Amino acid sequence: MPALSADIREKRYKGAGGAPARVALAGLSLAVTAGEFVALVGPSGCGKTTFLNIVAGLDRHFTGKVSVAARADGSAARIGYVFQEPRLLPWRTVAENISLVLEPQQDAVVSEVLDAVGLSDARDLYPPQLSLGMSRRVAIARAFAIAPDLLLMDEPFVSLDHDTVEQLRHVLLKLWRARPTTVLFVTHDLREALVLADRLLLLSASPGHVVAEVPVRLPRAQRGNSAEIESLRDEILRHHRELIGTAATPAG
Amino acid sequence: MVVAQRAPSWLSTSALVQRIGSVVLFVAVWQVAAAAIGSRLLPTADAVFAALVRECVDGPLLFHLGVTLARVAAAFVIAMAIGSAIGIVMGRSRTIDVLFDSWLVLLLNLPALVIIVLAYVWFGLTEAAAIGAVAVNKIPAVAVMLREGARALDRRYAEMADSFRIGRWRTLRHVVLPQLYPYVFAAARSGLALVWKIVLIVELLGRSDGVGFQIQVFFQLFDVTRILAYAIAFAAVIQVIEWVMFQPLERRAARWRD
Repeated sequence: MPALSADIREKRYKGAGGAPARVALAGLSLAVTAGEFVALVGPSGCGKTTFLNIVAGLDRHFTGKVSVAARADGSAARIGYVFQEPRLLPWRTVAENISLVLEPQQDAVVSEVLDAVGLSDARDLYPPQLSLGMSRRVAIARAFAIAPDLLLMDEPFVSLDHDTVEQLRHVLLKLWRARPTTVLFVTHDLREALVLADRLLLLSASPGHVVAEVPVRLPRAQRGNSAEIESLRDEILRHHRELIGTAATPAG
Repeated sequence: MVVAQRAPSWLSTSALVQRIGSVVLFVAVWQVAAAAIGSRLLPTADAVFAALVRECVDGPLLFHLGVTLARVAAAFVIAMAIGSAIGIVMGRSRTIDVLFDSWLVLLLNLPALVIIVLAYVWFGLTEAAAIGAVAVNKIPAVAVMLREGARALDRRYAEMADSFRIGRWRTLRHVVLPQLYPYVFAAARSGLALVWKIVLIVELLGRSDGVGFQIQVFFQLFDVTRILAYAIAFAAVIQVIEWVMFQPLERRAARWRD
């Protein structure tokens, strides 16, 4: 049984003030195996965030079915969510932001994940004192802290400079190797998806649905500046011209 | 290091000196003016302070002050609790907001005196009517402020709390309430300022103890000295409450903004 299976017939937003309803997703179906890192790639506005919110259970107004596999002990799956903006509570310190999503008395876990993202020294700072890159690290640490069965990531590296993105990808992969989990990673950056994921699912423009599936078999260690990744990217762009424009920008 | 530690304390001392200087200047002007006019209706500052000490030591000032403060506290707590609840519900539900908004406007515009008189007429000259009337005067203003706060709640934080399944109680306590604190403090400050003034009127109209009742007695005697003595004592206590309770609480809640 897959860790996540989704079959969304339709998700529509009511038009505001008499405007016609807008269909955001139509016929989107996918399945993700446990432990797999799947990237969802599509042009801006194709409904990627809408889809993640549905999977996270934040949005229940759609037709179709989404199921996240329960844990071995029968309890509901834990879902970690890294939002596009870090969404840290500004009135809680970094450590308090992480402990909020944990059971009480889990200081060891807080220290562990902060250490893993290299922010042990920042535990008592408040989010307004952090750079965007640091805030994003905290958001990633928070999501990993709950030992999620499914990790949702919504463009977690946008608006950062190239070097910071490189660092954060490295941090993410290191964490993921140490704490394996199923990842659904949304991005509009094709190169980023190719560097990170086991498998890419390409989404159409709105209303979004899966138009193609691209497995990436190259070991991650060899993906850095690999010609193979570049040729894979060129090939994808040749077949899916609609990705050009949003995805053709350099990584970061 | 020594300089760095000293500078702020020296600065705050100077601010304190300025403040005290301003008070001393006020008392001096009052003293000179009263002495020059020489009327029984404008007593000198030293006469008022002498009366204040006399009323505290031998007179019933402390008793009446205590009674009035108890009424202020009761009315304040009731108004904050009910007003906050109404405001938050109206801020979260459009239907309820539309339904009751004009009630709120009506209540806001009703003069305090009308509410007090009606409360005494309908419910008798009782303690409950007195405190209730003061609370009702304050409730709509608290509700309006908390409604603003509830409308401004950030949906993105609620989604975060929701997706991590942290539970209703933790969400309310750690995600929702901290966003409302600035509105609660604003309501509490203006609330205290309003409540303690209205309490005196309630006491004057329908109670037989409290600062307001005493003011009425002295009014009938044209005893301006003791009216001023009571007024100064009461205003000073309210100011102290503001300093020792509200300001530290507010600083604590806002410490992340530094």
